[in-house]
Amino acid sequence: MIIETTGLTREFRVRDGLRRRTVRAVDDLSLAVEAGESVGYIGANGAGKSTTIKMLVGILVPTAGEVRTCGLRPVRDRRDLARRIGVVFGQRSQLWWDLPVRESFEILATIHGLPAGEARARTAELVELLEMDDFLATPVRQVSLGQRMRAEIAAALLHRPDLLILDEPTIGLDVLSKQRLREFLVAERREHGTTLLLTTHDMGDIERLCDRVLVVDHGRLAYDGTLDGLARTVGAQRVLVVDLATPADDLTGIPDATHVRSEGGGLRQHLAFDAESTTAARVLAAVSESAEVRDLSIEEPEIEDVVRRLYAASR
Amino acid sequence: MHALRVYARLLVAGVRRQSSYPLATLAGLVANATFGLLKTGILLAAVGSAGGTLAGYDVGTMSAYVWLSQGLLGSVNLWGGSDMMQRIRSGDVAIDFLRPVDVQGAAIATDVGKGLFALLPRGLPSVLIGVLAVGVTMPATPGPYVLGVFSVLVGITVSHALVYLLAVTGFWLVETRGVTVLYMSVSGLFAGLFTPVWLFPDWLRTAAEATPFPSMMMYPIDVLTGRVTGADAVGVVGVQLAWLAGVLLLGHVLTRAGRRTLEVQGG
Repeated sequence: MIIETTGLTREFRVRDGLRRRTVRAVDDLSLAVEAGESVGYIGANGAGKSTTIKMLVGILVPTAGEVRTCGLRPVRDRRDLARRIGVVFGQRSQLWWDLPVRESFEILATIHGLPAGEARARTAELVELLEMDDFLATPVRQVSLGQRMRAEIAAALLHRPDLLILDEPTIGLDVLSKQRLREFLVAERREHGTTLLLTTHDMGDIERLCDRVLVVDHGRLAYDGTLDGLARTVGAQRVLVVDLATPADDLTGIPDATHVRSEGGGLRQHLAFDAESTTAARVLAAVSESAEVRDLSIEEPEIEDVVRRLYAASR
Repeated sequence: MHALRVYARLLVAGVRRQSSYPLATLAGLVANATFGLLKTGILLAAVGSAGGTLAGYDVGTMSAYVWLSQGLLGSVNLWGGSDMMQRIRSGDVAIDFLRPVDVQGAAIATDVGKGLFALLPRGLPSVLIGVLAVGVTMPATPGPYVLGVFSVLVGITVSHALVYLLAVTGFWLVETRGVTVLYMSVSGLFAGLFTPVWLFPDWLRTAAEATPFPSMMMYPIDVLTGRVTGADAVGVVGVQLAWLAGVLLLGHVLTRAGRRTLEVQGG
């Protein structure tokens, strides 16, 4: 097991007017992740995701329960653990703000004690795969968010950690940057077998990167399984939005898809479908038989929505 | 060995960071020189009205004191704030704890690097201005310079180790402005920034000597200018090193304790 927690609990004392009350951010959480897995850790804001991660990496001391990461006790074995994990907090930077990007990699290579040749080779590999050549000499404070996030991920992977933990890595990125980052992570995992633990609000991240999903709510584990299984459990549907060449009647007869609504007198139509029973391509093909499609988009279920449905279903 | 290499690399990073702000450095130099001229006027007048020597200082040695203290101003932290203070406040210190290095050592190494860099564009020009505009008396033998440079290095390190202590109080205090103001109000006086500590009345000098502040600036200047020499000078550096060890030890203990209280909010 690369991550193992038993009864993990963390409470915070919060000032509430004049009184103080105790908030339980993580509540009796037991989970296990095998080396090589790719796990999405999702939940609404304040559900306890970040608190869990902070305990996994040893930044936060648990109130109760046990935690082992890479077989180590995170708080006590902080420095040994730091050599074996890479962490990216989307909202914080691990790079040296006023120095060129390249220099952050050099400093981190020294900190991790990488031999010079290995450091050079690994940096070159990451620079190529993450297309960082253009901004290596630019001070971190002057690079774009997408560029910085690529550099953050490279910084976290420089020492070839066994476990990569990404906390909201695609937050604020445009579609193309997200796509590139995901492709890189898939390739990196295929090449090195790195275990991935990811928190995100973006269902696309989970779909493209994770074989397994953990849903946390009010500090407790609400679901543990595949994404497909999660969608099945909560019946979350994807929505195909088509723009037609000419207004058409509501497209009600499409197999395995439900007409949600039409706009512009039938120029734009929303069709919900279950990813379990059909594909976007099949729905589109069926639509094309009865109308000419000019443009389309697919709306993914929101993670918040999935979690909400999960709760509604379990009550 | 590995740890030393890491600290050396972080020190270089500090040098490089400081060197990326040349305008700020220039502004610092102008301020240094202005206040240096002011200090020169007042203190040389005091030496003159005392009949040519005051507490062992004559015009040349007093001038040396003035311009060396001005030169150290950019390297010794007398105002109390630091990157680490900001990082603890913002929660970015979490990132520091995710690296396989000693957090205290890494922070101090970086700050000392910044301080050492400041010697070039702020320290040396300040002294040069003093030499050209007023004239200074410096030792003619190499001994004081060799020990003096080491003493300056220790002094810079003591100041950054001390400021690190202020920063880690942030693990417990939400607002560290109070300790910063407290520090600022005694550091300059006791470090010997405004006048040499040796001009103080006895009780105040005794109070200053009971603090680490003279180790940051006064003692290094005494060694460098040859005011203390030989075994006495070595003794003074010994006192500096003792303060450094004490301050580092306390910082180490507070870092360990503070880490357990750390509550990093948000992502």
